[in-house]
Amino acid sequence: MITPNLSAIFYLISGILFILALRGLSSPDTSRQGNYFGIAGMIIAIVVTFLSIGSFSTSLAYVVIFLIIGGAIGAFIAFKIPMTAMPELVAGFHSLVGLAAVFVAIAAFLNPESFNLGVIGGIKLASLIEMSIGAAVGAITFSGSIIAFLKLRGIMSGSPIIFTGQHFLNLTLGIGIFILIFYLCKTQSANIFWTVIIISFLVGILLIIPIGGADMPVVISMLNSYSGWAAAGIGFTLENTALIITGALVGSSGAILSYIMCKAMNRSFVSVILGGFGADSSAEDKKEEKDQKPVKSGNAEDAAFLMKNASSVIIVPGYGMAVAQAQHALREMVDKLKKNDIKVTYAIHPVAGRMPGHMNVLLAEANVPYDEVFELEDINNDFANSDVAFVIGANDVTNPVAKTDPKSPIFGMPVLDVEKCKSVLFVKRSLSPGYAGIDNELFYKENTLMLFADAKKMTEDIVKNLD
Amino acid sequence: MEIDPFIFRLSIFILSIFIGYYVVWSVTPSLHTPLMSVTNAISSVIIVGAIIAALAGSSSNVFDISSIFGFLAIVLAAINIFGGFLVTQRMLQMYKKKKEKNK
Repeated sequence: MITPNLSAIFYLISGILFILALRGLSSPDTSRQGNYFGIAGMIIAIVVTFLSIGSFSTSLAYVVIFLIIGGAIGAFIAFKIPMTAMPELVAGFHSLVGLAAVFVAIAAFLNPESFNLGVIGGIKLASLIEMSIGAAVGAITFSGSIIAFLKLRGIMSGSPIIFTGQHFLNLTLGIGIFILIFYLCKTQSANIFWTVIIISFLVGILLIIPIGGADMPVVISMLNSYSGWAAAGIGFTLENTALIITGALVGSSGAILSYIMCKAMNRSFVSVILGGFGADSSAEDKKEEKDQKPVKSGNAEDAAFLMKNASSVIIVPGYGMAVAQAQHALREMVDKLKKNDIKVTYAIHPVAGRMPGHMNVLLAEANVPYDEVFELEDINNDFANSDVAFVIGANDVTNPVAKTDPKSPIFGMPVLDVEKCKSVLFVKRSLSPGYAGIDNELFYKENTLMLFADAKKMTEDIVKNLD
Repeated sequence: MEIDPFIFRLSIFILSIFIGYYVVWSVTPSLHTPLMSVTNAISSVIIVGAIIAALAGSSSNVFDISSIFGFLAIVLAAINIFGGFLVTQRMLQMYKKKKEKNK
């Protein structure tokens, strides 16, 4: 129907629309417009694909039917999913992109004529390399994301699974994939192609199981990146510009997010991948010491009193807030404080929550205006001038040990200077250490008041006491 | 000697990585979750490959072995496209609401 040249231009346009979609996210005001650009780009790409094939056979009806089935499932999930479950959702979606890439690569391998890649047993060399890389990365993305999904969902324990020779095994399998692709190019054997895919599935699983729960923000970003590279690999096979541009965008986006997350935890990317974090036994020997240190604990009444008499309060939310679903109660509390002319701001650590930006979304859901929410570097100096810090569900990201004790596993990690506040209210269920498995010195500071309770219940009680 | 078209595609790819690098650094950290869901949605443009694969079956045999994989990929990609864009929209909508309320 339309010439390959014309469709290539349309694919370029949809690629540009995707760039604009990401560009829109530079500010919340332009973000919705950006999303529409993305949708427009997708519609153009799909319509052009239909037009360029041109044969309106019975197959087309089925394509539309399957498109609608998938779309309905996707729409249903999108409307039903609670915001606290976003990390699992994104991990799940990554696995679908990965699997789709594998399927497209398989289809291209089985029927190369329809993709203009040569004939069975005589697929063009470049295409063969591209499709096997696309399939391998796709397969790793798929199985890796499934493991990440299971860990985030709590179906699988978040603690790292480590065995001896693990890294050696991964390395061997990784090299094995490359050797097999080399032989695949020589022999065009279907069996080798299947083996590459199966080994890649295995690598994906092995890659994610040793990574602990605290490193999940890095894992999700990394898998995001992989899904992009898989798409780009398929894009090269199909000689499709939209797919190549998108793959590159998504790949670099995920890579940058992983970098930001690693930096926020002061961990190198390699050490995250090698895994095992959070399994330290260091929590063990500190336990005895802990019992001796005095802790001041209070109740909702004390907390309400402290905050009522403050002139500025900084709220430090963490994943615990999400688990307890306390964000709405928190917002109610803040509203009350604001009525008393108390300045309230929110401080968010980059790795608060289980994925980049997770806390921001939860606060947005609770109708917290985004101009009251600040990132670590923008607000850290304000703690010294504030009266009360209200830490709810965060732990390791407030631990002053990261600045003082070079032996601590989190030493060097940028943390929120919560201890500089005149007083600190720390909502927590017990004194147990956080994900990093280390004790928080903040608990024992003189100006810290521990509020031992479920985050939601405590916040609700404070609200009552503020009246 | 003519330049292999592959080189052009490689150029597009590498330049796009650079564009991605600068565009993503300019994304505000508070929107990192929508960034992930929207990149997820757009990477499902892989559906174009799925459609080509699915339509490759003959009219007498709509579901041959390779087109079946195409159809499966269509379902997976479609879940992602609709799910990804809609959940992004839902999130971004929340960032809007409160701004209006506030003003």
